Amino acid sequence: MKKWMLLLAIVLSGPALAVIETYDFSEPQLEQRYHELSQELRCPKCQNQNIADSNAPIAQDLRKQLYLQLEQGASDDQIRQYMVDRYGEFVRYRPGFSGATAALWLAPAILLALAALVAWLTLRRGKRETARGLSEEEQRRLDAMLGPDEDRP
Amino acid sequence: MPARLKLFLPLILFVVLAAFLIRGLQLDPKELPSALIDRPFPAFQLEALGGGSLDKRAVTGEVALFNVWATWCITCRVEHPYLTELASRGIPIYGINYKDDDTAALQWLADLGDPYRATIADREGSLGLDLGVYGAPETYLVDAEGLVRYRHVGVVDEKVWTEVLQPLYQQLLSGESL
Repeated sequence: MKKWMLLLAIVLSGPALAVIETYDFSEPQLEQRYHELSQELRCPKCQNQNIADSNAPIAQDLRKQLYLQLEQGASDDQIRQYMVDRYGEFVRYRPGFSGATAALWLAPAILLALAALVAWLTLRRGKRETARGLSEEEQRRLDAMLGPDEDRP
Repeated sequence: MPARLKLFLPLILFVVLAAFLIRGLQLDPKELPSALIDRPFPAFQLEALGGGSLDKRAVTGEVALFNVWATWCITCRVEHPYLTELASRGIPIYGINYKDDDTAALQWLADLGDPYRATIADREGSLGLDLGVYGAPETYLVDAEGLVRYRHVGVVDEKVWTEVLQPLYQQLLSGESL
């Protein structure tokens, strides 16, 4: 039974292995960079996948290019530029800083600063109000609402 | 802030957000502007489908369309009759046979008609890669100086031609800058 299960597992895992081609790198560092860059580059055809995940023909082509360029000694920036020259900033999941992407990069910092400002203002106002306590008039109204002393627990 | 204005704050936020979301609904995320707009058509040296060789100089020099097609591309078959019609009206169209088999491609042109001035056999997709092609069919409008001026992804039909490509084509022909 166990043998049959194993056989079944091997047969069924065939397509999973066939999905993504493998490349032999001359140096292990290149393979490391290949994995990092293929995670960071976006597939132009499938839009919400990087080229490492996608099995679209174009993603295969871009992986091949990535491999070839790494082996030719191109730097990460050169490879990114190569892709951007052909497919636009769209191919980068981590776009460079420019006028068009400024809002994207700065928004988290601005929102955080804004949140900190609101929190600070709220806390400061809360403190001031508790410190002030009740005026005589307010105390009288409060006593009136609460009724005579003996009713209170 | 006056208390009254504060009451309207959620409404204002909602309207702003809704405006962005409505705009978002109208945008097509699949419509990518080509990275090559207003940049030179990439240099290449490839065989022509059916024999001979082609380079950039052989196919540029006048305003023309470059149509990326392949026999494995179903939608290319859909747009083929319209390309034939455009060609019969005298619009210069060059074919880029993208990652295809020459025999199948020649058979296709024999069966369905050949609207192309010449067809570049881009078997490995190297020109396609330099052009930023991500799926056939794609059609590039290239001006007389050999600059890429527009890219259309998908089928070119009567609507696309009359509403998008033809006005640009006429503008380029008359020498106006876009």
